[in-house]
Amino acid sequence: MNTLLTRSKNLGQYGIFGAFLVICLGLAVVNPQFMTVSNWTIIITQVSINALLAFGVTFVIITGGIDLSLGSIVAVTGVVAASLAHPDTYPVVVPIGVGFLSGVAMGALNGLVITKSKVPPFIVTLGMMTIGRGLALILSKGRPISNLSDSFNFIGGGSVVGIPFPILILVVFFVICTLLLKKTVLGRYIYAVGGNEQAAMASGIRVNKVKMAVYTLCGGLAGLAGILLTARITTGQPNAGAGFELDAIAAAIIGGTSTSGGTGTMMGTLIGALLIGVISNGLDLLNVTSYYQQVVMGAIIIGAVVLDSWNQKK
Amino acid sequence: MTRRPDQLLQVRNLSKSFVGVKALDQVQLDLKKGEVHAVMGENGAGKSTFMKILMGLLSPDSGEIWLEGDILKNADVNETLKRGISMIHQEMLVVPELTVAQNIFLGREKTNWLPFWLNDAYTNAQAEAILQQMGVNIAPTTLLKHLSVAEMQMVEIAKAISNNAKVIIMDEPTSAISDKEVATLFKIIKDLKQQGVGILYISHKMDEIFQISDTITVLRDGQYIGTKPASDLDQPTLISMMVGREITHLFPEIVPAKGEVVLSVKQLTRQGVFSDITFEVRKGEVLGLAGLMGAGRTEVARAIFGLDRYDSGEIQLNGKTVRVHSPAEAIALGIGYVSEDRKGLGFIPAMTIQDNITLSSLPQHAKAGWVITDSEATVATHMMQNLRIKATGAAQKVSHLSGGNQQKVVIAKVLQAAPDVVILDEPTRGIDIGAKFEIYKLIHDLTAQGIAVVMISSELPEILGLSHRILVLSKGKQTALLSNTEATQDKIMKFAMQ
Repeated sequence: MNTLLTRSKNLGQYGIFGAFLVICLGLAVVNPQFMTVSNWTIIITQVSINALLAFGVTFVIITGGIDLSLGSIVAVTGVVAASLAHPDTYPVVVPIGVGFLSGVAMGALNGLVITKSKVPPFIVTLGMMTIGRGLALILSKGRPISNLSDSFNFIGGGSVVGIPFPILILVVFFVICTLLLKKTVLGRYIYAVGGNEQAAMASGIRVNKVKMAVYTLCGGLAGLAGILLTARITTGQPNAGAGFELDAIAAAIIGGTSTSGGTGTMMGTLIGALLIGVISNGLDLLNVTSYYQQVVMGAIIIGAVVLDSWNQKK
Repeated sequence: MTRRPDQLLQVRNLSKSFVGVKALDQVQLDLKKGEVHAVMGENGAGKSTFMKILMGLLSPDSGEIWLEGDILKNADVNETLKRGISMIHQEMLVVPELTVAQNIFLGREKTNWLPFWLNDAYTNAQAEAILQQMGVNIAPTTLLKHLSVAEMQMVEIAKAISNNAKVIIMDEPTSAISDKEVATLFKIIKDLKQQGVGILYISHKMDEIFQISDTITVLRDGQYIGTKPASDLDQPTLISMMVGREITHLFPEIVPAKGEVVLSVKQLTRQGVFSDITFEVRKGEVLGLAGLMGAGRTEVARAIFGLDRYDSGEIQLNGKTVRVHSPAEAIALGIGYVSEDRKGLGFIPAMTIQDNITLSSLPQHAKAGWVITDSEATVATHMMQNLRIKATGAAQKVSHLSGGNQQKVVIAKVLQAAPDVVILDEPTRGIDIGAKFEIYKLIHDLTAQGIAVVMISSELPEILGLSHRILVLSKGKQTALLSNTEATQDKIMKFAMQ
């Protein structure tokens, strides 16, 4: 933990990390149930879906874009995967693969329209949000798809050596996304495009390719989140995922990703997602109703950005 | 201190420190009515800190400011504006979606008998009167976004006049306007002098300083170096006051270039922008592109680099005809471009020096898409030494560097992509003398390595001092191709105005 603290160069991230620790300590003192392995297993399992979406949208926000269609992509991929996951039909890789690819396709479509039409991402992905919801309802005929195979449901409910499968997926994709952003040519280009798109273009970076890549990545991660959610609730729900995009964006922003582009880290986003999970878990433990939880969550989003802008000024 | 009402502005022993670093140390200044007083110094000399204190944007640690015999104490911007100090900022602080009149009276809106109801007729008439008095032909109802930079500047000056400004601070007012517009500006400055307005003038352009200013005050590293009448100074003396050492040979010797042709442009045309541009550049040669602002020089460069399209004509690189559609293609072909718009097209401010330097050549420092940081670091350190980039290290963010060092980072990035030909567009704009000198040497070094250089510059001494040949453009057409021996400032200007 200490090395994490000293390593984080970003002051905003440092600040939010500090806030995260303080809140955890506070909850641990108030409620001894909080700091138990079983409670943390619950928290991280619940956080995993939002975290996957938040990783994806972090790429997009760093380029200076936004993706509002994530929740709908979750629904579409969930429905697609569920319809292929009935027992004794296809091997489990089919629903996973096709579900994932449908997310990739929707993300790529976002990217294609954004780069070809120059319409702002906010509007394109807003449209895709509605299209996606419609598609999910069409594909499922408006009804939940249940009766899924055990091997498919394992993704959401199973454990490997005692660790829930969603947590494993979270860890794996956190590592992949971090490396992609920090260690690859694409990652560097993502920062460059968000930092100064014109200069990036004049430096020989094919900006449209980078944008295509981030929206496709974001769609793919949303596809995974959709599969994970479907497996956890053992049903393909056409209405699932509504509002998920906002939680994902909130996690990225709380974690220090600037909506004007050019800055942000996966570590920050992970902490942002964990913070959201810890607070709703903590407030549950303290028997605070979900109405109040929403007020607290909103205040935290604003507070995190205010904290960040103060730190920037220093 | 004695009261001197005849003195418009008196500054005594003004000091200001930022976290232990002295930005200003015991600075003095006297500004008389009707005087143009140039404040000179390299970047980082403390000019902008000084002006910010005068405007009330910063408060000094010690020292006094007297305006017409009254001391200005703890005055904020509103106070200084009310007392008659106005500033024309280098980056225009105008609202593009508002009209000229609305901009002029911004913050001082005139209302009708209803105290919240704007009196547009009054403001328009007032604005028109001021603009007419200035001899400027701009309608008060025009939206600011439809004006040129020079016109926006006129609006800013009109704003200062409407504010009854006694002191007007002008920060690099000519950095983005054409020579003709400079003439208009200077005429207005002379009118303001006549009316007893005192002007504090900041500029990096030497010839301009001697043309317009009565008195010159020099700052260096926050220290007050001295004040002298402009007529008592010449350029070398002024430079040595600013730099603190003598720069004897500003321009390195021009070595004849006999290599083969690298870049050849034939009848390049972009409808309505430039037409029939034809030139070639050899290995180790510097081709100067001279002309007035708006002559089409930058546009030609942008077309060659793939930033803009061209309609007809041909570009040959090392004897092969090429068609460039994007900067990515241009860079791959061996063309480098250092833009005049350093902030807009040059660098990524939030990224480190190292990341900026390798941005155009990142695949060279990567295996299977995986960046090899060590290889980057080696190159960045090497470039930082070679180009004398002053920074705390390769991990410093470029946004924290001075203009000169930012420019060097951009040049380093372009060179790192191993170009055969480099187009430098106003490479020394907004850069102090010391850094300019280093960039001149760098251009010389590039030619020694066999790189062909096309240099666009609005500073004629620079064009004359560095170019083997000079191509003059006027209104999108080339009007002359002069050799170094036959070119003079007068000749170039003659062809540029043709």
